[in-house]
Amino acid sequence: MHAPLDNENKKALRDGFGEGMMVLGETNQKVVALCADLTGSDRLTKFQAQWPHRFVEVGVAEQNLAGIGAGMARVGKIPFTASFAVFHPGRSWDQIRVSGCYSKNNLKIYGGHAGITVGEDGATHQALEDVGIMRVLPNMTVICPADATQMKKATIAAATHPGPVYLRGGREKQPQTTLEDADFVIGKAEKLRHGKHVTIIAFGVMVREALLAAAALEKRKISALVLNMHTIKPLDVNAIIDAAHETGAIVTAEEHQVNCGLGSAVAEVLAEHIPTPQVRVGVKDTFGESGTAASLMDKYGLRAVDIVAAVEHVLERKRKNKLPSITPATKNARKPMKKKRKKTKKTVKRARKPAKKKPSRKAKKSKKREKSSRNARKKAAKKRARKAVKIRKTKKHVKRKKARKPAKRNVRKKR
Amino acid sequence: MKNKELALIANNARQECIKTLFLSKSGHTAGPLGMADVFTVLYYDHLRVDPMNPEWEGRDYVFLSNGHICVIWYVTLANRGFFEKTHLWSFRKVNSLLQGHPHSGPIPGVENSGGPLAQGLSQAVGAALALKRDGKRNRVYCCCSDGEHQEGQAWEAAMFAGNNKLDNLTFIMDRNFIQIDGFTEDVMPLEPLAAKFQAFNWHVITIDGHNLKQIKKALKKAEKIKGKPTIILAKTIPGKGVKEMENQPKWHGMPPNEEQASRALQELTSERQQLEKRRWV
Repeated sequence: MHAPLDNENKKALRDGFGEGMMVLGETNQKVVALCADLTGSDRLTKFQAQWPHRFVEVGVAEQNLAGIGAGMARVGKIPFTASFAVFHPGRSWDQIRVSGCYSKNNLKIYGGHAGITVGEDGATHQALEDVGIMRVLPNMTVICPADATQMKKATIAAATHPGPVYLRGGREKQPQTTLEDADFVIGKAEKLRHGKHVTIIAFGVMVREALLAAAALEKRKISALVLNMHTIKPLDVNAIIDAAHETGAIVTAEEHQVNCGLGSAVAEVLAEHIPTPQVRVGVKDTFGESGTAASLMDKYGLRAVDIVAAVEHVLERKRKNKLPSITPATKNARKPMKKKRKKTKKTVKRARKPAKKKPSRKAKKSKKREKSSRNARKKAAKKRARKAVKIRKTKKHVKRKKARKPAKRNVRKKR
Repeated sequence: MKNKELALIANNARQECIKTLFLSKSGHTAGPLGMADVFTVLYYDHLRVDPMNPEWEGRDYVFLSNGHICVIWYVTLANRGFFEKTHLWSFRKVNSLLQGHPHSGPIPGVENSGGPLAQGLSQAVGAALALKRDGKRNRVYCCCSDGEHQEGQAWEAAMFAGNNKLDNLTFIMDRNFIQIDGFTEDVMPLEPLAAKFQAFNWHVITIDGHNLKQIKKALKKAEKIKGKPTIILAKTIPGKGVKEMENQPKWHGMPPNEEQASRALQELTSERQQLEKRRWV
């Protein structure tokens, strides 16, 4: 289901993007690449050398980058606009919104060096909000692949996917996580591991951490289902509902703010469809800082141990949820209602039971009378209620009509 | 097309702008009236477009970067047969085809979504680049305003186009000297505009934006310039044709009420009669 966790095949997400672009260069003549002075960093140097007439250097101008891309899309090209995620989409959100999404232009945005793993450059260069600002845009597709292997597939898939697409890249090299021959379908979550007790949903570099966490949990006899949610929009709602149903506890893990990214997206699904205990692992409403990628992942709680802690937390809540003593708040509120119902039900049952045992004619007749008289009382009560409503309605109508008439007359006179 | 016919079409377009804006009870009045002549010459005399086939591959592309003056675009497209004229009467209303600012996709002939200023410029530049690199003959036109050149993106686009020698690109700037807060030279001076564009490797032509002959000539000249994009600085009078609206920043984003609309229509009708009587050379 996933690559062995101790493999040494290390690559960065951006390498996958570069490889994907080389494949597209060969196979799709409509594909063009645009870059804002970061050709090497975004791994487009080979593409530029091979197809110079299909490569556009825009200079340090990310708003123009998005606009030029949209214009090229308008005349039939499939432009991939590349920069760092903090600048594009960070600085060009309005251009992506209007020139890209509103017009449904075929704009493919590559936001490189995303997340806290950018490291030493510090908080200004660590995009931790990009998924949030992209997933709120109508017509947008948001893809955050788990590793270079998947990024290559995602890049190729984005070219034929209609409309604007956001691809989230990264700088840090990491071991291969997904399998070479695994299918990649936009909008379809990848189940990397089966489990019964808890589900870990992750994207990007956190998928590997999720798998490491799952392996650690296995030793403690906790089986964790791991979902690689590479597409944040459109979100694979069914996969989340199924996972919540199967395991009853969810942990989300992302190298992104928990407030607007995957954690939020999953919480929205759970709240609307299948309320389930959830704990979010990610950057908690704070900026990053300078440091090596590894040290920052440790400090900002983006490691397998943090996921394990979150799993413990969520399993605790799952256990408590099952105990009846924890949930009486709602029960207490409804108690008087239930008591009344129970009484009526009991009386009916008492009347029925002897009737079933001895189906004599007299008993039947008396039961019928009892029923009919009860029904009659109910009907009368309903009628009274209806009448009251009617009277109220008619009164309102009269009031409204009175209020409207003079206004209409005025309009007619004016004309 | 003869200048007399074009003048009458422009006059008619102005009247329809007033009607459309009066019915919508919202929208921008000064800009559309000021650009009526330019749009008329573009669509009736100059462009290679096919109203029956708006997505024709050989067409010239028109982008409108200052999307707020879209009424004149809609009126011209409707008169030219791109879509039914009845759509004009539901401009800016719910369920309408014609949005308050252009929306590319649903509206035939509208190439870009615009409103946030300077976005159309970049899109036009991108389209021109793609067409030029493919060796296609289509030309790209972008109508823009002066005020929007206070946006940084406008100069990013200008720098890019100059650097890439996009001679299949023509910008037409509605140089009317007004913006919402007042006159451009008071709010944030733009001059010397011509020198600025020349410095960005553009060919600059300055014309009177209401002189049909000059508009025609400038558009033809722009096609012949090689190795540079061209910008036509069309000096226009905002609210042109209706005396009470001319040169008044307050008419930038205001629709006429019933009295103002009827006065404006009267004025334009009498102008039409004069145009018909006038001797045309």
